[in-house]
Order: sequence, then structure tokens, then C-alpha cells
Amino acid sequence: MRLLGREVSCVRGGREVFTGLDFEVAQGEALAVVGPNGSGKTSLLRLIAGLLAPFGGSIALEGGDAELTLTEQSHYLAHRDALKTALSVSENLSFWRDFLGGAGFDPAETLAKVGLDHAAHSPASFLSAGQRRRLSIARLLAVQRPVWLLDEPTNALDSAGQSLFTVLMADHLARGGLIVAATHVPLGVAARQLRLEDAA
Amino acid sequence: MTALAALIRRDISIALRVGGGALIGVLFFLSVVVLMPFAVGPDLALLARLGPAILWLGALLASLLTLDRLFMADHEDGSLDLIVMSRTPLELACAAKALAHWLAAGLPLIIATPILGLLLNLDAAPTLAVALTLLAGTPALTFTGMIGAALAVTLRRGGLLLAVLVLPLSIPVLIFGVAASQAAIAEPASFGAPFSILCALSLLSLVIGPFAAAASLRHGLD
Repeated sequence: MRLLGREVSCVRGGREVFTGLDFEVAQGEALAVVGPNGSGKTSLLRLIAGLLAPFGGSIALEGGDAELTLTEQSHYLAHRDALKTALSVSENLSFWRDFLGGAGFDPAETLAKVGLDHAAHSPASFLSAGQRRRLSIARLLAVQRPVWLLDEPTNALDSAGQSLFTVLMADHLARGGLIVAATHVPLGVAARQLRLEDAA
Repeated sequence: MTALAALIRRDISIALRVGGGALIGVLFFLSVVVLMPFAVGPDLALLARLGPAILWLGALLASLLTLDRLFMADHEDGSLDLIVMSRTPLELACAAKALAHWLAAGLPLIIATPILGLLLNLDAAPTLAVALTLLAGTPALTFTGMIGAALAVTLRRGGLLLAVLVLPLSIPVLIFGVAASQAAIAEPASFGAPFSILCALSLLSLVIGPFAAAASLRHGLD
């Protein structure tokens, strides 16, 4: 399995964000996308996720499940946590597991893994920013996608949370997953770097 | 199937909990119908004649009231991205969301209709006719309204745009809904013809709505 981007360019609101970008991520590898604010890190993740159409070039996953598109094999951990504050923590997680298809993943067990088991039945509106992030990480585990697209994944996490997430990323890579992460801090796992320059 | 069932369950439970929109529609419907006799005056014959039209107008406006949040809420918290990325076809996910909205916000209006009919001096038969036409017609309102809700997300304008876009589409539903209900009061008019057209409008919007909404969401995300 290999994620391949060739000559990818991106235009947002009439402004060229980046052009002619080449990248490659092999099975069990992580790619850290770095660069100043506004250099297009999030745009690149959304392009890979299929939420934006590239202005030029192509992005493809070679050797994945032939029945599924790259989008369907990816999970995007974005800034916004996709939580419904009216639902409890475990209801939020159960919904995404059922909707995105992560059969066999026990919500309670997954919550315990990210240290949220004590809050499972409280409403998601009571979660702190770091806890919301942990819940997003639980979702990332529960839906079992081979390609992880992470947008500043360790934002708002305390140091225990950061080291926990490092372990989870290492596990994912060891199982043959791929990670593309936009980040300002070192990822904690061995990663190639893709540097985006400021377009202006 | 589990994915769609999960989506419907989630949307309904959000709508029914505190801060959800399900009861707002019924309350709005209630206030429109309760205020109408005060505005029109205590002429019982006139009220009975206007009754079906008042009930239909109230139900139409009430069902549009909460529709603009259909995709907007999911867009704001990032859920919409994950719904678009899922392995479930977006058309089906849109249809499931509209169905959940109709169950949580449309069905209570129909259940409330017999009680509100009493306030307008409607007999049992016309009240039943209005409830039946609402049952056949409100799915059309929800599923065409969904197109407007999807456009409102992609164009980043809220409720006002929705009303402007959706109200013209709901006029045929209103015309045939009221025509069929009036037929139950005034004998010579036929109930069957307008009711069949109403059902046809609902079936048509059931097919077109999800495709149009999904297309709009796909092209509008950024």
C-alpha cells in the first residue's frame, strides 16, 4: 500500500496555495507536513481526504482495497471534533462506529484506551478541549481506517495524552497503516517531512 | 443499513433532547392556529371554511422553521466532513437525515392536527382529511426543503435564503393539500384527484431531494 501524490496543486478562493507538490507515503510510514500558518497543510489533508478537488495533479492510493476509494479508506481527524453536545460521550462514539463501520470495536473498551471511561455517560458538552480531542482519537481507533489524516493531532492534549497518542500512532504504523499529519511539533514517531513554503 | 439506522437514531435523539428542534415546530404551529380565531373573529362558519387552509399554512411554516439546521449543525461541528467521507452513499445519508427530520418534526404536527382542528370549529371528517393530506404532503416539504438546506450550507447563508429558495417549491404542495382538504367540506369537489397529485409530489421529491442535496453538498464543501 502506498499513497502517492503527483504534481498536486491547490487553489483556494482564487489564491494559489501550493503547486507541483510531490509526495509519497509507504505502508507503515508517517509523513509530517510542516510549514508556516496558511501554507496549505490543512488544504493538503482535505485534498487527500477527498473533501477538496485538486486544481491539478493526482493523489492515489496504490495497493489498498480495490473496492474502496482513498476517501473511504481514510479517517480525517480535523480541528473540529464532530461531537454532538446533546449526546453522551459513549453515544457519540457508538454513532460514529456504527455509521462509519467499525464492527467489533467495543465503545467502552476504546474509551478506556484513551482514558475517558470515567466520563462515558456524561454529556459531551461537559468535556474539556483535551477530552474532546481524546474522544476524537477514540473514534479514529474505532473506525479502523488504514490511512490516518491528522490535523495537529496533539493540540490541547496534556503530556500524558501526547505520549499515549505517540504509542497509538506507533501501533498503527506497526500494523501497516499510513499517517499523514499536519503539525508544528515533532510527531513523536519516525516520520518523513514534507515542507510547505509560504505561497506569498 | 446499520449506518443509516444509526444516523436516523442519532438525529432523532438530538432533536428530542433539550435544545433540539422537534417541539419548537409544534409550539409554532399551535401559536399560529390559536391566534387565528382572534384575528379572524368569532364567526364559526368562516372559521370552519378557513380551517383547512389555516392548518396547512401553520404546518408548512412550522416544518420549514427547523429545516435550516438540517445540515448546518453538522457542518459547523465537522460531522458533515465525516458523513461525506463515509462508505455510505451520500444520497442515502441525506435521505436518512430528511427522514429523521420528518419523524421528529413533521409527524408531531400531524398528531397535533386533530386537537387544533377543534379550535377552528372543524368537524371530525374535515379534520381527518387535513391530517391525512398533511401525512401525504409534509414529506414533500421536508425533502424539497432539504435541497435548500444543503444549498444554505454551501452558500454560507442561513435561514433567510432557505425560506426564499424553498417557499416557491412548496406552493404546489400547499395548493393541492388545501384543495384536497376543502373537498372534505364542500361536497361537489373531488378529494381523490388533488390527493393523488399530492402523493405524486411527495414521491417525486423523495427521489429528487436526496440526489440534489447530495450533489450540492459534494460540490460546495471546502
